[in-house]
Amino acid sequence: MKIAVASGKGGTGKTTVSLALASVAGTDALLMDCDVEEPNCHLFISTEQQREKVYGLMPVIDKALCTSCGKCGKICQFNAIAVLGDNVLLFPELCHGCGGCVRVCPTGALKEVDKEIGEIGGCRKDDLSLIDGHLSIGQAMSPPLIRAVKNHGGKEKYIIVDCPPGTSCPMVTAVRDADFVLLVTEPTPFGLHDLTLAVDTLRELKLPMGVIINRADSGDDKVKAYCKAEGIPVMLEIPHRRDIATAYSRGEIMLQAAPELSLMFRKLLKDVENRVSEVKK
Amino acid sequence: MKIAVSTTGNSLDAELDQRFGRAPRFLIVDTDSGNVDVVDNVQNLNAAQGAGIQSAMTIAGTGAQAVITGHCGPKAFRVLSEAGIKIYNTEAKTVREAITLYSDGKLNAADNADVEGHWL
Ligand code: SF4
Ligand code: SF4
Repeated sequence: MKIAVASGKGGTGKTTVSLALASVAGTDALLMDCDVEEPNCHLFISTEQQREKVYGLMPVIDKALCTSCGKCGKICQFNAIAVLGDNVLLFPELCHGCGGCVRVCPTGALKEVDKEIGEIGGCRKDDLSLIDGHLSIGQAMSPPLIRAVKNHGGKEKYIIVDCPPGTSCPMVTAVRDADFVLLVTEPTPFGLHDLTLAVDTLRELKLPMGVIINRADSGDDKVKAYCKAEGIPVMLEIPHRRDIATAYSRGEIMLQAAPELSLMFRKLLKDVENRVSEVKK
Repeated sequence: MKIAVSTTGNSLDAELDQRFGRAPRFLIVDTDSGNVDVVDNVQNLNAAQGAGIQSAMTIAGTGAQAVITGHCGPKAFRVLSEAGIKIYNTEAKTVREAITLYSDGKLNAADNADVEGHWL
């Protein structure tokens, strides 16, 4: 079962929740950190990681063959190529490696070459196993790297996916095949705003979801009211506590600092499982 | 010589738009003839990124040799420089004010992008 932990914006406690869920599931679980631009989970599992490089295809140009026809610049959806007079400028940091430009180039001036887009890491400590992706600096291609991370999933009973924040391509790539999505939010106007964006995206993808309210007693009731009105279950409310925040900043998993929350997370896992089996029926 | 100025309006007294990539229009001022043209900063709506690059391409197409704007990111800067177009940053409020500052030699050509790409 794949459980994605997502959030309309960063800093809501997505990683904390992913780590806590993976810890209560123990050896049955694999934690996948798909927030490849800023993978954090490994910081909480302080042990040596094995890394492996991931390559993606990127266009390069042979200027001698280019006739400046401009076709490559026109097809690129990502503005990663600009044809200016007889000069073709490539912006690798915008390129998504779709190969469109190579296909339309009439003279064969564009070719695809393998370029390192990032690394996949793996580590294990006590009962917790983690696979994560680390995007190379200046790379735009997080979706291929996220897919590569996801291909490393095995036969674990639970796969917990820590997703990139936001609602754009990387987030969609990470949540897409989940059996259930947990949206982590905060009870503030900003939290609510980003939550509604994430909910819209998940509805378009037709994914079942539930909400987790972090620092639940620190704000207002609008998030709850919204969930109620929209028929989205609030799966868990995590209290706002200084000891949890401090533990997090020290790189400790929440459950080490507040073991009494383990029960809540065990119940969360069960509830998600029940909902998934309901959906399957 | 033709100078492009980013603006929200369509006349010399219109406001200068501080944003280069997301400015709705450019005023192309010909300092020799005094002619003024308005060019829409048309963006490919399918593109999720690279607004600055597209604006720079638009400017290159007008034959302008200089751009006056508030802020210009690194990618647009690269395109403009490759096209031999000089970039001047200013805090001038209106297009007219910017052109006057330029004519009086009070603006210096930028030799680097002055903001990170995402700003625009
Ligand atoms: S591979 Fe795709 S994204 Fe990259 S430059 Fe070519 S058309 Fe643009
Ligand atoms: S499509 Fe090929 S020939 Fe045409 S401008 Fe691009 S690289 Fe040059």
